[in-house]
Amino acid sequence: MSESIVRALKCRECGHEYKIEPTHVCEFCFGPLEVVYDYDKLQGKFTRELIESRPQNMWRYKELLPIDGEPKVGANNGYTPLVKADRLAKALGVKELYIKNDSVCYPTLSFKDRVVSVALSKAVEFGFTTVACASTGNLAGSVAANAAAAGLESYVFIPEDLEQGKVLGAAIFGTNVIGIRGQYDDVNRLCSEVAGKYGWAFVNVNVRPFYAEGSKTLGYEMMEQLGWKAPKHVVVPMASGSLCTKVDKSIKEFIKLGLVEDNQTAVYGAQATGCSPISKSVKDGTDMIHPVKANTIAKSLAIGNPADGYYANKVMKESGGYAEDISDEEIIAAMKLLAETEGIFAETAGGVTLGCAQKMIESGRIPRDESIVLCITGNGLKTQEAVLNEVNKPRIINASLKEFDVLAEADGVQ
Amino acid sequence: MKLRVYLNFDEKSVTDPVIWKLAKEFDVITNIRSASVKEGMGLVGLEIEGHTEMVEASVRWLEAQDGVHVEPIEQNIIEG
Ligand SMILES: Cc1ncc(COP(=O)(O)O)c(C=O)c1O
Ligand SMILES: [Zn+2]
Repeated sequence: MSESIVRALKCRECGHEYKIEPTHVCEFCFGPLEVVYDYDKLQGKFTRELIESRPQNMWRYKELLPIDGEPKVGANNGYTPLVKADRLAKALGVKELYIKNDSVCYPTLSFKDRVVSVALSKAVEFGFTTVACASTGNLAGSVAANAAAAGLESYVFIPEDLEQGKVLGAAIFGTNVIGIRGQYDDVNRLCSEVAGKYGWAFVNVNVRPFYAEGSKTLGYEMMEQLGWKAPKHVVVPMASGSLCTKVDKSIKEFIKLGLVEDNQTAVYGAQATGCSPISKSVKDGTDMIHPVKANTIAKSLAIGNPADGYYANKVMKESGGYAEDISDEEIIAAMKLLAETEGIFAETAGGVTLGCAQKMIESGRIPRDESIVLCITGNGLKTQEAVLNEVNKPRIINASLKEFDVLAEADGVQ
Repeated sequence: MKLRVYLNFDEKSVTDPVIWKLAKEFDVITNIRSASVKEGMGLVGLEIEGHTEMVEASVRWLEAQDGVHVEPIEQNIIEG
């Protein structure tokens, strides 16, 4: 349809604008760059009817994504269910609860498929033939899969101690998996050096401003699926803090474009106590993020020096939200609660989101009588190690009705 | 070579003249592009320019300082 409304890359600190290029820091103040748009050009043209008439994938909102024309990569990605979670609501003692279920995001079962399809589409536009990333796991799988489907060469860098499902979930696509001895922050540090030296599109380094925009589609879908409404409260897991800031941006954009009414949505962040630099800053009432050494089973969220921590902190404060963190035991308990009440097997990050939400409901930070959306962003089959010893093992019997009768009787089955 | 880094200072190192010491110790040009100090913590965006070995040695020195966290922004080699 109409021309692109992307205006520029803009420094979040000093406001300097740059043309659309594979770059992520301001030359003047080294602040991070963000994609900015001329929303006025869309006034009256980007309607609910237009969006609803399009296929159910994340590109139904393409006007608000920084690509030229049609997506080059990941044409079918996104559009996951918004589940009305009545059984979980009852367990938590709240009135209206929804789960944005990105544990079934196409094609690699995490919300990273949203960011990667924008990053790789942009990389193709820029003429890159090799793409790469520094990853806590999900991103690696998504880059590998989407690159494979688009015929791009890929390198994915991960901490060497990731869950098997994450490593396998990248390697199967024929990518080059590089395991780094160290934590994610060491991987990230190496990647900023590699990105400067090799002419690759690093999705979370030199094309990060475009990559990050992809997360907004989770927010757009959430509002469309709520019947073109913004929720009162939304809880988001945080690693770098990017998703948190982009969910907020998505809501502000829909309000600006008249697609939803301002519902004063409060945005809440969730982290594991073993790696909670952003949550800690919010709880301490400061806006300075102190880097930490991560130690938690929620490996996908284990970023000790979060790039967007400062901005996520600001979003939570300004929207009236808050942040929490929970222990590894609480993460496992929450994973089980979600599975047993809603039939959703989320990864450790999902346990973090639910567990933190539960804590904030109990402390009164999130009221019980207003709409709440929990963002579940990754799939439990990729972090099986976390719950392997926490579930009942199968009871083995012979293929004999007699033996089953004994078992059933012991269970009290009539 | 020019290298861009973010420096993170904790409560103790924040009052230490680390960047002055760096320039004394190594033959590099230091260029502060952004700085903020708040509530016992400092954040500085710093460009370090000089011969490659000098720049690299100065970064290693920074990394060895107590309470200083060094985050490279990206390698940006401009010979000269
Ligand atoms: C499952 C899952 N949820 C949430 C996040 C957090 O993303 P962000 O870095 O945008 O805060 C990640 C990041 O790796 C993730 O893998
Ligand atoms: Zn700037």
